[in-house]
Amino acid sequence: MSANDHSTLKTTPLYDLHSSLGAKMVEFAGYAMPVQYPAGVLKEHLHTRERAGLFDVSHMGQAYLRTTEAKLGTDEAHEKIASAIEALVPGDIKNLKKGSVRYTVLLSEEGGVLDDLMITRLFFDQFQGMLSLVVNAAMKEHDFALIHEKLQGVATLEVMTNRALIAVQGPKAAEVVNRLVPGSIDQPFMTARPHFWPASDDQAFIVVNRLGYTGEDGFEISVPDTHAELLTRALLAAPEVEPVGLGARDSLRLEAGLCLYGHDLTSETSPIEGNISFAVGKRRRAEGGFPGAARIQRELAEGPKRLRVGLRPEGRAPAREGAEIQSTDGKTIGAVTSGGFGPSVGAPVAMGYVDAEHAKTGTQVNLIVRGKPLPAVVADMPFTPHRYYRG
Amino acid sequence: MTVKYTEDHEWLKSEGDVYVIGVSAHAAEQLGDVVFVELPEVGKTFAKGDEMAVVESVKAASDVYAPISGDVVEVNNAIVDEPAKVNEDPQGAAWFVKIKPSNPAEIDALMDEGAYKDFAGNS
Repeated sequence: MSANDHSTLKTTPLYDLHSSLGAKMVEFAGYAMPVQYPAGVLKEHLHTRERAGLFDVSHMGQAYLRTTEAKLGTDEAHEKIASAIEALVPGDIKNLKKGSVRYTVLLSEEGGVLDDLMITRLFFDQFQGMLSLVVNAAMKEHDFALIHEKLQGVATLEVMTNRALIAVQGPKAAEVVNRLVPGSIDQPFMTARPHFWPASDDQAFIVVNRLGYTGEDGFEISVPDTHAELLTRALLAAPEVEPVGLGARDSLRLEAGLCLYGHDLTSETSPIEGNISFAVGKRRRAEGGFPGAARIQRELAEGPKRLRVGLRPEGRAPAREGAEIQSTDGKTIGAVTSGGFGPSVGAPVAMGYVDAEHAKTGTQVNLIVRGKPLPAVVADMPFTPHRYYRG
Repeated sequence: MTVKYTEDHEWLKSEGDVYVIGVSAHAAEQLGDVVFVELPEVGKTFAKGDEMAVVESVKAASDVYAPISGDVVEVNNAIVDEPAKVNEDPQGAAWFVKIKPSNPAEIDALMDEGAYKDFAGNS
């Protein structure tokens, strides 16, 4: 446990606040980020599921993508920008409603996942022809360079270098956010709503997104750097809310069966193998027209050779990333890509890739942990039920 | 007999002719919430520095090394049943094993409380 020198790392606008809250800071994707606060990973995780947790996800990449082929504010402009991005992702962006958000993936020519991302069709009529994107922190430079290069001449990418992103997740999140931004409690799942906040002279343009990555109801709020601490302090002032670090963010998303890019999804895995077929729009499955379409259409028709599955080890020992998965007769059938202890499940949980013939729920397997076979069973995900807002 | 410490953050203290061994409060704090402990079987023999036990927090797995050579004479199954005890009382009720030393001279080489505090403070 060496002394940590974070002086060369990037910071979010909430760095000082994290320090004042007693956060333990670690390096993540080139940023100094809070891995946990004094409450610790277990309590932060459980608090999020029971009440509400606040997460700084400002390290993620936010950008606007704007068509250069049509006048903004027209249906044609939306068609153009949707066509442009659909050349890189398999999600249906054309049929996205104003102010709605879609989860999809950037694909390689081989149909591998280069990153997973959120794409929003802007809410206001005058901004039709613009999308906003949120990509993973570790991949943002790569993603933005790729999008810029591939869409040159049809769209311009404007990276938001001075906006923070604050997530509030948990069953009390809607009540809390609604106190600051009235109406949020009724905002549909996977939508984005622009607001001015706070109700004072010094207002900021914020975007309230009803979504998240914990399996709980909640929000991610895009806010200018100048107002990030003010908004965060206002959210933390709510008695229901506690700050939550990256440690619990990881255990929450694992229990929710959600992928961590670079681990559960990589450039080697297709979205079908990754068991995120929903990232491929229905219209797109038929039409194709995205990178790697031939492979993805074939896997949709015939089934993939391997599949990301949930795993429940017997007993209490967690199986972690990299653990080999063996069939009960000792053959290697895959590897664990994420694993740990699920605080809400009260037991270890994991996910990993197995050959298709072993992917059926209930299949007995062994996970090789410290050289010994740990019996486990292929299990349905999520490990804890999703509790998204359904109106 | 005072408590002695290793550079791998184990503690030990004498109890009759055996030594009680556990992980330091500093290590327990660094680990975070412990969710799993694996202990060796009674009767097993370790050389100093051997991997002796495993402790896992929500986020990571860590090995616990034998601070001295000897035979395991008793293990604390209470921490296997309730791993959270390791965070609650790491240098008391949440001891890991008791070892009968085969080379008591090894104990002299370990750090005392003051030396360990300096070591842990700088690590």
